[in-house]
Amino acid sequence: MNRAELDQLRDRARQAKGEQRVRFLVCYSTPCLSSGAPAIRAALEEGIAEEGRKGEVAVVATGCMGPCSRGPRVTVQHRGGQETAYERVTPEMARVLLRRHAADEEGPPEHVLAPDLPYFTRQTRWVLENSGRVDPENIADYIGRDGYAALGRALHEMTPEEVCEAIARSGLRGRGGGGYPTGLKWHLVRKARAERKFVVANGDEGDPGAYMDRTLMESDPHKILEGMAIAGYAVGADKGFIYVRGEYAVAAKRLEKAIRDAERLGLLGARVLDSSFRFRIDLRLGAGAFVCGEETALMNSIMGGRGNPSPRPPYPAQRGLWNQPTLINNVETLGAVAPILRHGPEAFAAIGTAKSKGTKIFALVGEVRTAGLIEVPMGITLREIVEGVGGGMSEGETFKAAQTGGPSGGCIPREHLDTPVDYESLTALGSIMGSGGLIVMGQKSCMVDVAKYFMDFCLDESCGKCIPCRAGTVEMHRILERITSGSAVEGEIERLEELCALAREASLCGLGATAPNPVLATLRYFRDEYHAHIREHRCPAGVCRFTDVPREHLGDRQAAQMQSARSEMEGI
Amino acid sequence: MSVITLTIDGHLVSGRAGQSVLEVSRDAGIEIPTLCWLEGLSPWGGCRLCVVELKGEQRLFTSCTTVAAEGMHVVTRSARLENYRRMLVELLLAERNHYCAVCVVDGHCELQSMAARLGVDHVRFDYLNPPLPMDISHDLFGLDHNRCILCTRCVRVCDEVEGAHTWDVRGRGTTERVVIDLDRPWKESTSCTRCGKCVQVCPVGALFHKGVTVGEMVKDNSFLMDIIKRRRSAQPFVERRRS
Amino acid sequence: MKRVQYRPDALIEVLHVAQESYGFLSEEILHVIARSMSVPESQVFGVATFYHFFSLRPKGEHSCIVCTGTACYVKGAGEIVTVLEKAYDIKAGETTPDGRLHVGAARCLGSCSLAPMLTLDGKVLGNETADSVLEQVRGLLSGGESGREMR
Repeated sequence: MNRAELDQLRDRARQAKGEQRVRFLVCYSTPCLSSGAPAIRAALEEGIAEEGRKGEVAVVATGCMGPCSRGPRVTVQHRGGQETAYERVTPEMARVLLRRHAADEEGPPEHVLAPDLPYFTRQTRWVLENSGRVDPENIADYIGRDGYAALGRALHEMTPEEVCEAIARSGLRGRGGGGYPTGLKWHLVRKARAERKFVVANGDEGDPGAYMDRTLMESDPHKILEGMAIAGYAVGADKGFIYVRGEYAVAAKRLEKAIRDAERLGLLGARVLDSSFRFRIDLRLGAGAFVCGEETALMNSIMGGRGNPSPRPPYPAQRGLWNQPTLINNVETLGAVAPILRHGPEAFAAIGTAKSKGTKIFALVGEVRTAGLIEVPMGITLREIVEGVGGGMSEGETFKAAQTGGPSGGCIPREHLDTPVDYESLTALGSIMGSGGLIVMGQKSCMVDVAKYFMDFCLDESCGKCIPCRAGTVEMHRILERITSGSAVEGEIERLEELCALAREASLCGLGATAPNPVLATLRYFRDEYHAHIREHRCPAGVCRFTDVPREHLGDRQAAQMQSARSEMEGI
Repeated sequence: MSVITLTIDGHLVSGRAGQSVLEVSRDAGIEIPTLCWLEGLSPWGGCRLCVVELKGEQRLFTSCTTVAAEGMHVVTRSARLENYRRMLVELLLAERNHYCAVCVVDGHCELQSMAARLGVDHVRFDYLNPPLPMDISHDLFGLDHNRCILCTRCVRVCDEVEGAHTWDVRGRGTTERVVIDLDRPWKESTSCTRCGKCVQVCPVGALFHKGVTVGEMVKDNSFLMDIIKRRRSAQPFVERRRS
Repeated sequence: MKRVQYRPDALIEVLHVAQESYGFLSEEILHVIARSMSVPESQVFGVATFYHFFSLRPKGEHSCIVCTGTACYVKGAGEIVTVLEKAYDIKAGETTPDGRLHVGAARCLGSCSLAPMLTLDGKVLGNETADSVLEQVRGLLSGGESGREMR
């Protein structure tokens, strides 16, 4: 296929859409799927068949539409642009909706989501522009929304260097959490001399409570493929791998279909869009290891080995897969590539703050009224996210802390709610941007317990290669366990801090180095909670049960005995 | 082969391009503590004892895996490094049962002498002491998981030098253990060549000759560099340059 | 099954396929995989035990996987696991001695907006409490309907 044919396909897709009078968009993203979306789709299709409305009324299974806590979600589009969004739809309700919209029957507007809900109005959708609008399993839908046009432009109008430069000018930074400037990384790989180069899309999202990458892969798989192909062209790679977390069966299935469809149309393969550029993509499925989100571990896993990380340097851009230079980007980063080329890097750079440009996807969950996936401009304050987009705290809850960055991040307390969300500000608060998990906690969450939870996570997910992480996380967890069960004594916090410093500085990879962050951040803002546990046997949040009594540390006692024995001897 | 010059602990030293910071440092007579590293085997970077500071860098680097570069400023000794090294040894001692008085390598143990060298006189952390099994099925060798520090020297020597790859590591994190074939008793291994290299390179009392008692097991891994040197000189010139 | 490719980097793919076809990875299966792919047995074993997805033992007849992701945890998933562990005298990740029930704790099942949620024999249940879960598991084991319908 060449560019002209791509344009034709786009026009045909738009025309086909225009012929339909009413379109029922049913969210087919994991949360809605598990709360009953398939039954709704079946009810709608049955109804359409019964009433003989095939052709004028269509049912489209789309990706994520947003407020996931109010699923299953359905959006009804009329020709001409009028749209109504519905929440908590049931199959019976679907039949009612069908009659109302397709047969213009009157009825009370129940379960309607107001279009001026801050949840919708305060978002800026770049990467999620198609999410909830297109059928992720239908490549024509994607092309109809200018899909693969950016790839066409890159291949036929730009040199690889210009593509890298455009990404650099957009100010895009790594969305997996690191925040490394994407354009710089692309330039590095482009300049590396090698027989072969690879592009890897990191879709091994592992932070508990976060599902940005999964949603993106499920909702708009072609956007990631297009981003990877553009990256491949820019750095000179002919092969890409997309590594999907093993738990994400739906995402894997949709990506696999997307790859096949793109290959069939000549958008991937030997001559991409009739150019001399060759690019193939392989899907690799993870198998349940959080550490594989670390880039060197991920590469070892792609090569069929244990997911142990390797020391850097050498960095993947120098020596990655099979010792060749490898560009590894998070799927959200790659998802931003095509929109940047389509709308221009300047438009992207106009959003956000001086150092953090563009938008960021967050999975807003926890004690907020409207939980779900959101895309907001960088620099928005936490308060705006929680109180605006999220609609405030759930019934009866008051804000205590927001957790970002999962097991590598930290808690942000109430007094910092007005901090702008960008890489530097969050780091300064002792948390990190992370991949985009944002968990809002109320007064019923115990911060020591939360720290213990994340430490438990890290000790379970530690690969075991290096000792500060393998044994250090266990020792830190033990201390936290003692604090929450009531057997801790004075001095344990200090020992905990020492272990945190060791793990942070001496660990091999990011997992070990960031494992102390939840502890350090809670110690920074909620130290009095730790003290209440140790000194008063009291859990301010009422979570911990004190079943144990304080006991002296064995090692300390031995040391004290040795010390007294020594001084006795010296005394004689 | 090009020569590079760098500064280690204030001394100007020179090395060959491609050498690790650890190798250059040792050649210059500056000792850096190591446990998982062994000359002749590929570097692993797991024990973290050989961490050094590099001027201009915030984080620490393992000297065994970091390639020395022209003009580098390396610090191998500082209060910060010494403190971390002591804590690392403490963690190793606390992780499994390392009670020296009943150990076959008492007096000849690399972990024991490292603790003494770094001045670790007591362990401040919880002794985890998980109850782990022993494998004494083999007629020549024994394996005691309780003593193992997971340095993977046995895995590497078996794969890289002997070529059998009998050993590997199973599980992850705290459940890690060295494993023979599909976790078989040593006696039943189909890949083991009974060469005993793993026993000799093991720095602690995890691998030992059967029949020895407390303090009797003395290890000798001098064979390793003899083999490596002979192999290098037997390689054709071109290949040697490539490696 | 081995048509995947004999390249060693496909080891994880092959293990996925084997687990899917046989339910778990027996010693025999691992042996065959090692042989036919020319990968050392210990390496196959190392990879198979590194990843949580692979199981070397058969799973129980029924399975209850509780999500213990952060969102579920702060909403009480921990208590659900504890109650199940107590009721059936097993630890999360284990199967009852009679092989009837497997209780697992998953890192995050990615439906955080339904927190706390779990899957019972693959069926998703959201917004649960410890008591409601126990009741449904009991019902399942006694041969009843596997839990109420989702809202």
